[in-house]
Amino acid sequence: MNLAKLVQKRSNWVAPYVLFLVMFVVLPLLLIAVYAFRNPAGNFTLQNFVKFFTQSEALNTFIYSIGIAIITTVLCILLGYPAAYILANAKLNRSKTMVMMFILPMWINVLMRSLATVALFDFLHLPLGEGALIFGLVYDFLPFMIYPIYNTIQKIEGSYIEAARDLGATNTQVFTHVIWPLSIPGIVSGIMMVFLPTISTFAISEILTLNNKRLFGSIIQDNMMMSDTMNYGAALSLIMLIIIAINSAVSGDDGNINEGGLI
Amino acid sequence: MKKFLAKSYLYLLLLVLYAPIAIIILFSFTNSKTIGDWRGFSLDLYANLLSGQAAHSATITQAVLNTLIIAVIAATLSMFLGSIAAVGIFNIRNRKVRKAIQFANNIPMINPDIITGISLFLLFVSLGISGGYVTVVLAHVAFCTPYVVLSVMPRLTRMNPNIYEAALDLGATPFQAFRKVIIPEIKPGMVSGFILSFTLSIDDFAVTLFTKGSDGLETLSTYIYADARKGGLTPELRCLAAIIFLTVLILLLVINRRSSRLNKEQ
Repeated sequence: MNLAKLVQKRSNWVAPYVLFLVMFVVLPLLLIAVYAFRNPAGNFTLQNFVKFFTQSEALNTFIYSIGIAIITTVLCILLGYPAAYILANAKLNRSKTMVMMFILPMWINVLMRSLATVALFDFLHLPLGEGALIFGLVYDFLPFMIYPIYNTIQKIEGSYIEAARDLGATNTQVFTHVIWPLSIPGIVSGIMMVFLPTISTFAISEILTLNNKRLFGSIIQDNMMMSDTMNYGAALSLIMLIIIAINSAVSGDDGNINEGGLI
Repeated sequence: MKKFLAKSYLYLLLLVLYAPIAIIILFSFTNSKTIGDWRGFSLDLYANLLSGQAAHSATITQAVLNTLIIAVIAATLSMFLGSIAAVGIFNIRNRKVRKAIQFANNIPMINPDIITGISLFLLFVSLGISGGYVTVVLAHVAFCTPYVVLSVMPRLTRMNPNIYEAALDLGATPFQAFRKVIIPEIKPGMVSGFILSFTLSIDDFAVTLFTKGSDGLETLSTYIYADARKGGLTPELRCLAAIIFLTVLILLLVINRRSSRLNKEQ
């Protein structure tokens, strides 16, 4: 009977999901922190973090990953911005199918896309390695850069551009003073969707470099998979989580990214 | 001229984006061990894959089956959990509580999947639950449900809030009112959420890898990963890639047509 009362109030319908979120989203994230400050015996320790900053392998991989992530992100912006601009510009493109064609690869399994990159390099008789890694990452993440930029440019009010024209702005000035500043939020969400996943990828780097170059994600995975280094793996994950938190705070993005934007 | 340059740039990018996929599809129609080695047109690989002649055919079939079963169960659970949650969130008056729940709802969407995978892995380890179907499904529900909530919310905003009250006044129980009044209104959002969850689940690799346990449960992604790690991909997987690519293409066209039709309705 009490239950019937609870169901009556519709705001209470959220209860099962709140329980689920606490159990399967919030609690697991807290567990990462708990494990990070423990040794395999279960006692409190800072040793895992000391190990990260003193042992060169993880730290070097971390710095290398950030470098690769920056290169990938910059290339994605350089290649993706013009594409997004053209797609959103009614004078240059009217086709919705064209937009769809650019979004489509986002929905193909990332492993499949990486293997496809390997296939392309094999086909062209190019060696795998760092070059293939950067090509593969740009190839994997480019749609994630194009889509948010396209979205913001498309939403720019036409009247702003007309107003700028009426006030005597040239085409270049319209771009530098109106379109570019207004498209920056799109670039920021694009960076969010490219930079972080690049650092944390693990399978892609192994496949594209024949296991020669590894990204931070691989190190996390390796440590996580063995029970005696699990706590160290948790500490590395916590470092990753902190970067995510800083990134979201800086970009002011509340994460309301509708992946693919297809719904 | 400007338009020509712009179009050429788009086509050039598309060419690069699709070349790798095209090569995989092309080489699924020839019987060769490695890609780049064309041995004339043949459907042998497809025949092998479908007839169970391929080296690991049974494992591949099982992996495809696992992928589909997990996706259907996870998407169904996410659809119900997310839709009921959306109704709840929509009716919360306290703005702080609402914000907090929406923030928690966003977490799985911001986190890179390796973090989602590891955090759930630690949860199951701490609880002493060994990985398998159940853990993978729970993990998939965790990262799919937020998208269902997001696709159902807009439908609720558009709904006339008085209809539900009217149903209650006329003597319907909350459950009847939900089934007869709310569900028909939010159904398009629920279906979009289901399709989206299904695609996300099929597509997932990292979360599955960390939650599948060590009892030999493989989905397509984890199988491909293991296979690629052993060096070289089983040739038959090229056919599978081609089939999956076409399936995703069709699913996306359906979602897109649905959403443009729904937009037109308003």
